[in-house]
Amino acid sequence: MVLHEADNEFTLDCLLLAGRIMIESGAETYRVEDTMLRMAHSQNMLDAQCYATPTGIIFSLGKTQPTRIVSISNRITDLQKIALVNSVSRRLTSHMITLEEAYDELKSIQKTNYFLPTYIQVLAAALASGFFLIMFKGGWSDFPVAFLAGGVGFLVLVMINYLTKVKFFSEFTASLAIGYIAVFAVKCGYGVELDKIIISSVMPLVPGLLITNAVRDLMAGHFISGMAKGVEAFLTAFAIGAAIAVTLSF
Amino acid sequence: MDYIIQLIVSFFATAGIAIIFNVPRKVLLYCVFVGVIGWMIYFVLTEHGMDIVNASFYSSFVIAIVAHLYARRFKMPMIIFIVGGIIPLVPGGMAYNAMRNVVEDDYLQGLQYGLKAFLITGAIVMGLVFAEVFMQLIFRSVRTSKATFRKVYKK
Repeated sequence: MVLHEADNEFTLDCLLLAGRIMIESGAETYRVEDTMLRMAHSQNMLDAQCYATPTGIIFSLGKTQPTRIVSISNRITDLQKIALVNSVSRRLTSHMITLEEAYDELKSIQKTNYFLPTYIQVLAAALASGFFLIMFKGGWSDFPVAFLAGGVGFLVLVMINYLTKVKFFSEFTASLAIGYIAVFAVKCGYGVELDKIIISSVMPLVPGLLITNAVRDLMAGHFISGMAKGVEAFLTAFAIGAAIAVTLSF
Repeated sequence: MDYIIQLIVSFFATAGIAIIFNVPRKVLLYCVFVGVIGWMIYFVLTEHGMDIVNASFYSSFVIAIVAHLYARRFKMPMIIFIVGGIIPLVPGGMAYNAMRNVVEDDYLQGLQYGLKAFLITGAIVMGLVFAEVFMQLIFRSVRTSKATFRKVYKK
């Protein structure tokens, strides 16, 4: 099968777009590579090669074919986008849709914001913090403080993220807010167990998924991606820990 | 009574986490279900005196198996179903204690808590990886036995 130069460029665009959305939404690197190669194979590009890291993708369609790089600067966790891209790639590989349709769908996925409105997210974070307190055997009397601290912490995280785009700074500030609310509440007599309030309010910020992804990448043999994600998770944890340390020594 | 309260509470807590990470609406309930199962296993085991490290391992093992089955059923990445289960297991308390002791100049105690947190994280991840390998082996053996069955049947 002879393909024209322009066709190849378009295929490359489509594949890189899929990979880019997946990495930006926080998918595991080995899954990104797997998805892109499967999509390439479905387009008769049998010796395509892919190298993905959390900060960029290098993709080549074959020995004499073009190669391209995409660099990626910011990553969040958006599981819905991962699921949508996954379904597009499944339909493409089973030839239910053509490459053009897939590209259009991916474009619209990239543009759309699938997150619920911020106030619902803040409410969810507040509720989760409150209920985590009970899960960690705290008393119901501390529930309102944990609810407030978790909600305010998440709100600060979203706001600072919107203002500065520096992820670690926003996590630091959010934990700082949580720590001060908890300390003041306990000092004024509204809360009893400071430790449990802080632990449960910090839960929505904890990089649990990042650590899991990092180790799953390591186990799949993607050492560079695994290490990079591990460092990101460590920095997040360190930002939270440092902020809590500041409030405790206050 | 304690178990029932934990069941209800963990349901709402994992639902909140699932909303923050934007789990697809269609499978939100299943994701929460995985989280509740994982937390209940962890809670029951620790209540009966098991070490936190072992309890985390068994809990994440079961989480990964259930998540794997759901991922196959809904044809979605496994990571979607893992979130709700993993976040409650993360050793936030241990890490907090480590930080607190370091701030209070008690570095030895801080190191002890920090290592424990590290061990728990390792246990969670090992549970996930073991379950994944386990499921792959099972599905492979099912597939090959089906294939041999078909061969024999054709002859």
